Amino acid sequence: MDRSVLEGNPHSVIEGMIIAAKAIGADEGFVYVRTEYHLAVERMKNAIKKAEEIGVLGDNLFGSGFNFKLHVMEGAGAFVCGEETALIASVEGKRGMPKPKPPFPAQHGLYGKPTVINNVETLSTVPLIIRDGAKQYASIGVPTSTGTKTFAITGHVKNTGLIEVPFGTTLREILFDIAGGVTDDKGNVSEDAFKAVQIGGPSGACLTREHLDLPLDFDSLRKAGAMVGSGGLVVMNKTTCMVNVAKFFMQFTQNESCGKCVLCREGTKQMLMMLEDITEGRATEETIPLLEQLANAVRMGSLCALGKTAPNPVLSTLKYFRDEYDAHVKDKTCPSGTCSKLTKIYIDQDKCIGCTACARKCPVGAIKGAVKQKHSIDPKVCVKCGVCLQTCKFGAVKRG
Amino acid sequence: MEKTLTINGKTVRNLLEVIRNAGVELPTFCYYSELSTYGACRLCLVNVEKRGLVPACSTPPEAGMVVVTNSNEIREMRKITVELLLANHDTNCTFCHKSESCQLQTLARKLGIHTVRFKKMKKDAPLDFSTPSLVRDPNKCVLCGDCVRFCEEIQSIGAIDFANRGSRSVVCPSFNKDLSESECVYCGQCSRVCPTGALTPRSEVSQVWNALGKKDKKVVIAIAPAVRAAIGEAFGSDNETGNSAAAKMVTALKSMGFFKVFDISFAADLTIMEEATEFVERFSKGENIPQFTSCCPAWVKFAEQYYPELINNLSTCKSPQGMFGGLAKKILPDMYGIKREDLIIVSVMPCTAKKFEARRPELSTNGIQDIDFVLTTQELARMIEESGLSFNTLEKSAFDMPLGFKTGGGVIFGNSGGVAEAVLRNVLSKSDSNETDEFSFIRGEGGIREVTVKVGEKDLRVAVVHGLGNARKVIKAIKNKEKEYDLIEVMACPGGCIGGAGQPVYNGMATRNRRTKCLYENDKVLELHKPMDNPYVQQVYQKYLDKPCSHKAHEILHTHYINRKK
Repeated sequence: MDRSVLEGNPHSVIEGMIIAAKAIGADEGFVYVRTEYHLAVERMKNAIKKAEEIGVLGDNLFGSGFNFKLHVMEGAGAFVCGEETALIASVEGKRGMPKPKPPFPAQHGLYGKPTVINNVETLSTVPLIIRDGAKQYASIGVPTSTGTKTFAITGHVKNTGLIEVPFGTTLREILFDIAGGVTDDKGNVSEDAFKAVQIGGPSGACLTREHLDLPLDFDSLRKAGAMVGSGGLVVMNKTTCMVNVAKFFMQFTQNESCGKCVLCREGTKQMLMMLEDITEGRATEETIPLLEQLANAVRMGSLCALGKTAPNPVLSTLKYFRDEYDAHVKDKTCPSGTCSKLTKIYIDQDKCIGCTACARKCPVGAIKGAVKQKHSIDPKVCVKCGVCLQTCKFGAVKRG
Repeated sequence: MEKTLTINGKTVRNLLEVIRNAGVELPTFCYYSELSTYGACRLCLVNVEKRGLVPACSTPPEAGMVVVTNSNEIREMRKITVELLLANHDTNCTFCHKSESCQLQTLARKLGIHTVRFKKMKKDAPLDFSTPSLVRDPNKCVLCGDCVRFCEEIQSIGAIDFANRGSRSVVCPSFNKDLSESECVYCGQCSRVCPTGALTPRSEVSQVWNALGKKDKKVVIAIAPAVRAAIGEAFGSDNETGNSAAAKMVTALKSMGFFKVFDISFAADLTIMEEATEFVERFSKGENIPQFTSCCPAWVKFAEQYYPELINNLSTCKSPQGMFGGLAKKILPDMYGIKREDLIIVSVMPCTAKKFEARRPELSTNGIQDIDFVLTTQELARMIEESGLSFNTLEKSAFDMPLGFKTGGGVIFGNSGGVAEAVLRNVLSKSDSNETDEFSFIRGEGGIREVTVKVGEKDLRVAVVHGLGNARKVIKAIKNKEKEYDLIEVMACPGGCIGGAGQPVYNGMATRNRRTKCLYENDKVLELHKPMDNPYVQQVYQKYLDKPCSHKAHEILHTHYINRKK
């Protein structure tokens, strides 16, 4: 989202930063952007150059005696550098690792100077608020969360992309009106395909059908154990395994942990290993309580927001989809059939006509059977690649 | 603006220090008062009313704060944290060098951890044996960063740092090269602050036992001044003057089979004779001033690699260890009627860099090291234990002569300021004076101390520096012409040699201060205090060396340095 602002309207960010600089008495500003966002970097630099040319950046702006210089700092793309103290370290050329607060950046920030750090979206909104007045802006949204918010919708919905809506818009409006509805495994919009939505980026929580009428604002989301975060909305239909989703996001956060504090570095790794145990059939009845305990410890004890929020996908799925976890651990089955280690592929003897198509396609020779005779799969040989499933024209090969 | 609180003139930086001052033990792996606050170990989490769990190390104390340091929630958090570390730790504690001084081990016991609920991770990184001073075992690293911050913040070197991210994080020299290829000066302070066995002094104990086992060899050992101030700590006993600890060491070493037990403090007296003479000459001619001391091998390597242009300003004197080795290998074979190659010299040092120094080619004769083996205080303590001796009940014995006699001037070498003080005693005090506190104004805790003494019409400007970061500051000030000095004593370790990395592991100023005091007390109980008054030193000059800084003395007692700038 921020990337598209930088690409689409970098001038709004520059203007917001000039206003912010004037407000706090700063004469230098930095735009920190991932270096692999080439277009964003290029357009931001171009916009700065043009602003300097017409005299809205640089020395003595509009003859006011106020100077403001803006730099673009290209980051190497570490997730943790979204954390303000890590971002500062990165701009200073140090390893992108967060520092304990206090001191806060406003006291002791970039190069030890008082520093205000804001998000691109926030800064790009500032000129509009100044132009139309705070009252006008506050009339949008709900009293505790005023204005608008941009969400990035992806996943099992008809329309994906960026949307800007007033704070307080409900999930139902977003998913079913704006995004055109949730799609099922065949890609068709279906009334009851919806299972969950993961909100707020990789360390956001998963919300369910019961939250469809939840207004999306800071307070309501916090109460539901979720957060606005980056404004990401990943919509999932019923073919999704929620344990697998938790594992996916945990893989991301443990990979992006900077490695500084023990709870985040070791805790996320252990959580990931437990989730792997669960999805691969090695978990015992002690796994889930320990996972929950560890997740809470990581949430409470980590140094920065990355660690504090990393357990959210796990804790929220444990809360709303406990039955799926139990099925994986106790019954060693994956209800959605996603976790391949917990499923087996078999041939429905009533439907098989013995065409041999599956046996010929099987890369490991796990399928036995002569022409026009019922076929069967040797589970010891089968690697569950699923080729036979796609090959069979009679619906005889099944996963379960 | 950081909020601070001052107690007894000392600034308390954070809630952690307030809590510890209140007598509550709060565990930490990554907190040292002399280093910046890192906040990574998460062990000092406490509950502050209305705020919840906060790390005490990075929370400023405030009036009205209601703090709970011990609750089920906090204990469980600590347990989980320590279990997470143990799951990712090579727990071969029984044969780890840090066993019994390992903070992870201690904490696991204190927290009553008997099982680790998390999955054990495979640890099989190769160990780094590339240096003679230190061993790096990445499999035991808890990534607290204490070593990284000490090397960077106190020593201004930065030989090691973090690499990789998340659970793949490691502490290593740049590009994961060997430590020997880094700019490490082997001060070993990283191993002192390391809470586990990830960085340890490299042991030469087995080589020394082997040498003792050879019937045709005579193994001579000499003990550095600072060792007597700390050896007792390894056996749970403090001693006030160091004299009885030294006397017990002599007994222990004799019973282990050492042929002679000498005192490096004798060589320290000799060093002062040379260094003071050298200084007086330079000072009167105004050549190569300021003169930097050269007895600290970590400092010497530091100067060689960062300030080769100052090599001429370093004293050309070998360190006391170097002088002892050179002299002993020269005179002892004749004295005892043995072949030079059958004489093995071992030193006991508070220092890890001395192991590197002993291997410098300049301190070898015909390819054989003058000092064959260097033991640290820690290693000597281990040998005493291995011998089955009960240190505290040992009889007292006297050092062998002639290389076992010393003045107090040689003993205080182990303290920051001690070398400079001994030089001043030799150069300035009246011939009949035999006082210990004539120049005691040079003593103190400060990392950079300055003293000016009148010499006739001239000012003799002395600086005493400990910590290599402070040395860098002083050199910068000289280069920027902000400061001028004549004599500069530099010791790499905080507090000087008594705070060396070869000493029993210590934390906190109380131990360091006690050791410092111990050497000054030892000075007091000795009969003589000026190195020039040492009768055996005088004898050595008469018999072998002619006079200080003579041609003969230069051959045996002086050295040269190498430009190591990369």
